[in-house]
Amino acid sequence: MKIILAGGGKLGATLIRQLTAEGGDVTLIDSDPAVLENVQEQYDVMTLCGNCAVRDTLVQAGIGEADLLIAVTGTDEVNLLSCLTAHGINPDLHTIARIRNPEYSGQIYEMRDIFPLSMSVNPDKQAAKEIERLLKYPGFLKLDTFAKGRVEIAELRIEEDSKLCGVTLGDLHGIIQCRVLVCAVLRQGEVMTPSGDFELREGDRIFVTAPTNVLSQLLSDLGILSRRARRVMICGGGRSSFYLAEQLLKSRMTVKIIEQDRARCEQLSELLPDAEIINADATNRLVLESEGLSGYDAVVSLTGMDELNIVISLYAHANSVPQIITKLGRVDDTRVLDQLSLGSVISPKELCCSGIVRYVRAIKNQTGAAAAVHFIADGKAEAIEFRVDKNALRHGVPLRDLRLKRGVLIACITHGSRTEIPDGSSVFSPGDTVVVVTNRNSTILTLNDIFE
Amino acid sequence: MNYKIIARIVSQILGLEALFMLPSLFLALAEGRSRTALAFFASAGIVALVSLALFLLSRRGGKERQYFAREGMVSVALSWILMGLFGALPFFFSGEIPRYIDALFEIVSGFTTTGASVVPDVEALSRAVLYWRSFSHWLGGMGVLVFLLAIVPTANRSTGNTVHLLRAESPGPTVGKLAPRMRETAKILYLIYIALTALCFLFLLFGGMPVFDSLCTAFGTAGTGGFAVKNDSLAGYSPYLQTVTAVFMLLFGVNFTVYHLIFLKQLRPAFKNDELRLYLGLVAGSTALVAFNIRALYATAGETLRHAFFQVSSIMTTTGFSTADFDAWPVLSKVILVLLMCVGASAGSTGGGFKVARLILVFKTLRRNIRRTLHPQKVQVIRSGGQVISERSIENTSSYLAAYVFILLVSFLVLSFDASSTTTALTSVVACFNNIGPGLDGVGPACNYGAYSVLSKLTLILDMLAGRLEIFPILVLFSRSTWTK
Repeated sequence: MKIILAGGGKLGATLIRQLTAEGGDVTLIDSDPAVLENVQEQYDVMTLCGNCAVRDTLVQAGIGEADLLIAVTGTDEVNLLSCLTAHGINPDLHTIARIRNPEYSGQIYEMRDIFPLSMSVNPDKQAAKEIERLLKYPGFLKLDTFAKGRVEIAELRIEEDSKLCGVTLGDLHGIIQCRVLVCAVLRQGEVMTPSGDFELREGDRIFVTAPTNVLSQLLSDLGILSRRARRVMICGGGRSSFYLAEQLLKSRMTVKIIEQDRARCEQLSELLPDAEIINADATNRLVLESEGLSGYDAVVSLTGMDELNIVISLYAHANSVPQIITKLGRVDDTRVLDQLSLGSVISPKELCCSGIVRYVRAIKNQTGAAAAVHFIADGKAEAIEFRVDKNALRHGVPLRDLRLKRGVLIACITHGSRTEIPDGSSVFSPGDTVVVVTNRNSTILTLNDIFE
Repeated sequence: MNYKIIARIVSQILGLEALFMLPSLFLALAEGRSRTALAFFASAGIVALVSLALFLLSRRGGKERQYFAREGMVSVALSWILMGLFGALPFFFSGEIPRYIDALFEIVSGFTTTGASVVPDVEALSRAVLYWRSFSHWLGGMGVLVFLLAIVPTANRSTGNTVHLLRAESPGPTVGKLAPRMRETAKILYLIYIALTALCFLFLLFGGMPVFDSLCTAFGTAGTGGFAVKNDSLAGYSPYLQTVTAVFMLLFGVNFTVYHLIFLKQLRPAFKNDELRLYLGLVAGSTALVAFNIRALYATAGETLRHAFFQVSSIMTTTGFSTADFDAWPVLSKVILVLLMCVGASAGSTGGGFKVARLILVFKTLRRNIRRTLHPQKVQVIRSGGQVISERSIENTSSYLAAYVFILLVSFLVLSFDASSTTTALTSVVACFNNIGPGLDGVGPACNYGAYSVLSKLTLILDMLAGRLEIFPILVLFSRSTWTK
């Protein structure tokens, strides 16, 4: 599959890593030779220096034979123009553009028709949505939704005083009353597919599949008693802060945004009349204290600098704010970050990448393609949702009789409106939805790939 | 340093070498030369065993697949050195080249496409040995690691830093890919190479050259090597065969990207190329000058022109075939030929030398720096073929020039210990370092390198390797920071 990628920034680099690993032939266009040199050192791709909206550059990159163009330069307008120009040369081309400007978000559906976009992505908005969901279920580090919102994979960290510390998975039902399944465990940077005699330890991050309606019970069984956040402090007033505040205000929460730039503050105040906008430096301890940090239910660090976000979150932790969410642009290895109390870590580029990867896999396999792909455990495992169709092998066979590839696990089966956390006697049949968790040693493109 | 991945690559390369010894084994059996056959059998066996041992070693423990520029450089340099050390075994075992140092010189000269020989009577060698000599040109011309990348799927399964291997092995100041995937790029290069070689072989065959001679000459031409199967090189063949060889040498000295572009029907970018124009211009100009200079030596204008063109094409592409003893030519012609030796072929071709592309860069940088002394605030980017050349490549080219001259001078000094004349010492180094083969005077087309001492031969062997791999991979081996953690 020939993919042309315009823009080699943070998202671009993540996409290159992912797409080349899945066997795509990637050509990267960027106007900065230093970026290209860097990418060329690390990945097996071709690079081209130039402006991705210029016809000649696109032709030279081989747009005529390409299957997909992904435009993720820093400028929305360039992304759109690039897709438009490319589509003029090759009408069969699929195009994906990153559109980040909130002013365009209202007209995004019209724009997809005017500019022939197959898909548009907005990492900031995705991040905001993710944060909003986390605020609704405090206690989880991360939530990934499947089966039209009926199933979640929740990430939990086993703290020292947790009830789960030292418990084997076989004894889990003694503590948790509802039916859940631990589908992956991240221990010291290694992802494991646990079996019944696996013992949980302090510091493990576990990934639990559960129907959405038992999430609250799961929390109370674990003794994590936390009420839903009502008062949220957002540090940094960028695009994702705006999206987040907008959503939170809709559900009648109290929102305070601390932003350093005066002009931006005025703009935000104009856009979000119900939010409290403070023009100050959020890394200043006095500012945070005078704004009553410890009285808030949640602090979200959303400035543009990872370092600042880490500092703010650590400070919030020291002031025992119940829920902390940290945005990080670069998370290559979380083993170091695991030792810090950053609460939930959100990475917009990873979120965005999984959406694009799902689309790419869907082009590759028109039938039997995944309905959703989520990277969990720092991208070391992935959870994929499939609809079982008539071509599925071995449907109607109890799971205990199936021979699956190593590191592959069926985490959930949805029959119509009924969600089942599977055991050995469960079966899936055409029409059902299945969530598969894999440790990524083998790429699972269709449901039939899971079998040995 | 990731020693495992290096061991893995070297093991694969040696495995390939063992495989490539087999045709010679069959040739020796067909000829009925049992000692030669046994020599090839034993050599292939030893190489295969070493390859297996390295493979097992590389499998022990974890499987780290990451490798970086450092591992790429070291893998390439080590592979080439080991290929030479083991490739010399058949010559030595068969007794056809009795001393090991001579055998080593001969095979390194083969792999590096130099074509400098220590064998006084080539026609006395068995066909198996002749084939192995010529085939080493073909393999070394495009590069054995590129071959590995093209055919072995596992060589590419690492996280994709195989571009370092291509960079270390392919000649030229900037090495670009032809396709998004390294494997595809390597495949395209070898397909072009094989197609052109086959074409050359057929043209020679139609001209009435015997099959074996055609094959060996085609290998020598394709790799721009220069080992011939006759003592008088190509002088004994018909004018048609000489012309065909001269034209194909010229073709193999062109950047292979040009052929790829022509194949893609992008004719304008293919020919809008500074390097190609200067390369062809230099060949045409030198041919004219040499022909004028040697007009008194030959009977007809056609013959004069043919000899001039053949020698210029052979020297410029760093092949080293000859149809005439140019050592007997007037001084002007000899000087032109020595200068062409230093210029060499185009980047991204199978030829050696300093490379026309680098020459262009050096001149443009020089011109810019002269202007800068007059206008100290002047800012100017350097372009080649419409593309802006990065300051980094300019810097690399300048340091390449420095290293090139330095190695040339040091080797000249070492050689002068036992060379018969100054010209001999200088042209030996120039001819070996630039991968040409014949020089002037004591190492002229009619003579060979057999007279040198072991020290001189070792120096020349290193020069040939450094010239073929473009200096840095070999220098890296001697740098302490390569081997520290």
